[in-house]
Amino acid sequence: MPAILVPTEKWAGKVREVTLGGDSRKKVVVGGETTLPFLHFDGVIPHAPAIAIDVEDVAPQNWSPVLGAVWGDVMREGLAAWARKAVEAGADMVALTLRSADPDMGNTGPAEAVEAVKKVLAAVDVPLIVYGPGIAAKDNEVLVAVSDAFAGKRLALGLCEDKNYRTIVATCMANGHIVIANSPIDINLAKQLNILITDMDMPGDRILMDPTTGALGYGLEYTYSVMERLRVAALLGDSMTAMPMILNPGREGWRFKEAKTRDGVPTQWGDLEGRGIAWETTTAIAQLQAGADILVMRHPKAVGLVKRAIASLMATNY
Amino acid sequence: MALSGIAIYKLLPKTNCKDCGFPTCLAFAMKLSQQGIKLSACPHVSEESKQALDASARPPIQLVTVGTGERAFSVGNEVVMFRHEKTFYNPTALAVRVKTSQSREAIAATVAAVDAYSVERVGIHMRLNAIAIDDAKGDPAAFASCVEQVSSITKMPLILISKDPRVMEAGLSKVAGRRSLIYAANSENVAQMAALAAKHGSPLAVQGDGLSQVAEVVEQANKAGVEELVLDPGARGFGNTLNTFTQIRRLALKSKERLVGYPVIAFPGEGSISPEEEALLASQLVIKYAGIVVLDHFAPHHAYPMLTLRQNIYTDPQKPIQVEPGVYPIRDPGRDSPVLVTTNFSLTYFSVAGEVDGSGMPAWLVICDTDGLSVLTSWAAGKFDGAKIAKTVTTHEVGSRVDHRFLLIPGHVAVLSGEIEEELPGWSVLVGPREGIDIPGYLKNVWTARLQGAKK
Repeated sequence: MPAILVPTEKWAGKVREVTLGGDSRKKVVVGGETTLPFLHFDGVIPHAPAIAIDVEDVAPQNWSPVLGAVWGDVMREGLAAWARKAVEAGADMVALTLRSADPDMGNTGPAEAVEAVKKVLAAVDVPLIVYGPGIAAKDNEVLVAVSDAFAGKRLALGLCEDKNYRTIVATCMANGHIVIANSPIDINLAKQLNILITDMDMPGDRILMDPTTGALGYGLEYTYSVMERLRVAALLGDSMTAMPMILNPGREGWRFKEAKTRDGVPTQWGDLEGRGIAWETTTAIAQLQAGADILVMRHPKAVGLVKRAIASLMATNY
Repeated sequence: MALSGIAIYKLLPKTNCKDCGFPTCLAFAMKLSQQGIKLSACPHVSEESKQALDASARPPIQLVTVGTGERAFSVGNEVVMFRHEKTFYNPTALAVRVKTSQSREAIAATVAAVDAYSVERVGIHMRLNAIAIDDAKGDPAAFASCVEQVSSITKMPLILISKDPRVMEAGLSKVAGRRSLIYAANSENVAQMAALAAKHGSPLAVQGDGLSQVAEVVEQANKAGVEELVLDPGARGFGNTLNTFTQIRRLALKSKERLVGYPVIAFPGEGSISPEEEALLASQLVIKYAGIVVLDHFAPHHAYPMLTLRQNIYTDPQKPIQVEPGVYPIRDPGRDSPVLVTTNFSLTYFSVAGEVDGSGMPAWLVICDTDGLSVLTSWAAGKFDGAKIAKTVTTHEVGSRVDHRFLLIPGHVAVLSGEIEEELPGWSVLVGPREGIDIPGYLKNVWTARLQGAKK
């Protein structure tokens, strides 16, 4: 029998470990890999990628009807019910978006933001990710208030972009939280932002990096290759690209007509529910293969499928 | 690994006879090293040199062609581990399996549906590639009849699945000359299967439990003169296929291990608990190194995302997909709908189109030909300027589609406003947001107010 010796890659670098949650609550550790995703014959993968599920502080208006069908009841019942159902659906973490702070969605302020976070923290014991409404000025306003109010809870706060990184980083440093550093699908901009953040003396193990999700059919290949390049750079020893990566296949995968529109689309697109779920899971599996450490997802069936895939990818006894 | 032009030159006759159509042997050698021509164009090359060159010309992962005619597909010939290092060349072929144990009606329905399936994305029609026929009964007559039935319905390439050489021969005899893939040779039947492959000019899949066993069967198939091989190392499931296929790709590219330098075939349905899980694993296999994926279920809502993923991953990173310039209606726009101008870089197009679609407001999207460059890059390169925008607006008669005369341009090129208004008398330029994500807010607030103001 011919002897086939598989060459192994021994990398010099290692992805940083980041711990979310803890204190009196559950914690989740991500990162720490010394190899490309799931290649157990090359190196060590101490922690499985984690799944967070999106919840919002007001019932979303333009989510896909497929998501409306599974989350509709708890959306009406309120944030606590929604967060609990997310954990029941398999979420390792909850990702709360403070949507009501958006000037078009109520323009609420710091008090309401703190109240929303308090509700979720009381309802579930998993780590919490908190996103502002995505408008830099409002993000600063509500995230700083949340950061101050929940010092020591090791929340992940975002987005932290080149526009507002000083404010978000300063408040996360002061209160022991984690920043989500977001840059627009570009390896150099991602690295640059990590440098700016660490230059403020933010510890490297309190940064998650979000290189921006291009969904399947909407720039997935760019996200995919930027992620692969970031991860290869990290393993080659570049500490400024070695932050664990967090991606949003849920938000992006469900945003377009492929996951929203039932009628008036080509028959070849098939059934909407299955198509939407596949749009989210396909985006997610690509991101897992490119190095995602946290996936923020939406549909319970998609979460179930991806969790089973992760279990298989983490197993070494096949 | 391919030889350099100089190394090839040393093996040529060096007579500069020009019979190959090139002025010198060196020029011919250079072209050969770029794989732009075949060695057979030189009538004078020695048998010895030919063997040396043939061996070196064989790519690290053999190119394997299945089927004939316009639906034939080729897999293999990949040269990198990561698409950003160069590109992935030959997209994973997707096949759907039918079994002889199914009714003829069920088989006919599946084959016809798969054959007809075609879905368009960015102007490209994406299709599934093959039908696999599985000898579930171990019966030569039943297999032959099934192969005959399938081949009468479709011209797609076929994958014939049986471990019994008698059954395989019965099937092959019904599709002579169609280069069907034989699945599979194993350590027990390799002699007979290789003989069938040689006789029918068919590519041959080699099946084994693990890499060493596969390599052993490959060696025997090679000895029997069969070179177009596909490997099934027995891996199933997410983790096992990822690790095994990565090892095969790495062995072929980095270690130049000839015995595993072939495309791989995978069966994501085997071991999956649902069609959804099978489809998800198939998607992983498209990304991570499968040459052929044989599915046990066909459903449009899974085929569409899978084919879209394949299109994404196999796009050349150096050559972004360009969108056809023109006017794109989004959400059935009317005469009061905004007109947004941007470039034909596919990512720009998808970002803007996606944001407009997501905003729920109908709009006209005017796409200018910027050679596939993004907004800032094309502006810097002089490919996105007042003249280009004016020409696009005029050529595609944007004025005839709307009652207003507002053009919305990306915030990054606000500086073009004056130029455009000069080139397009009667039109006013509105400077939109810099980032796509801010478009919905802009349309809802600024645009609506502007339009109402103009009407008054």
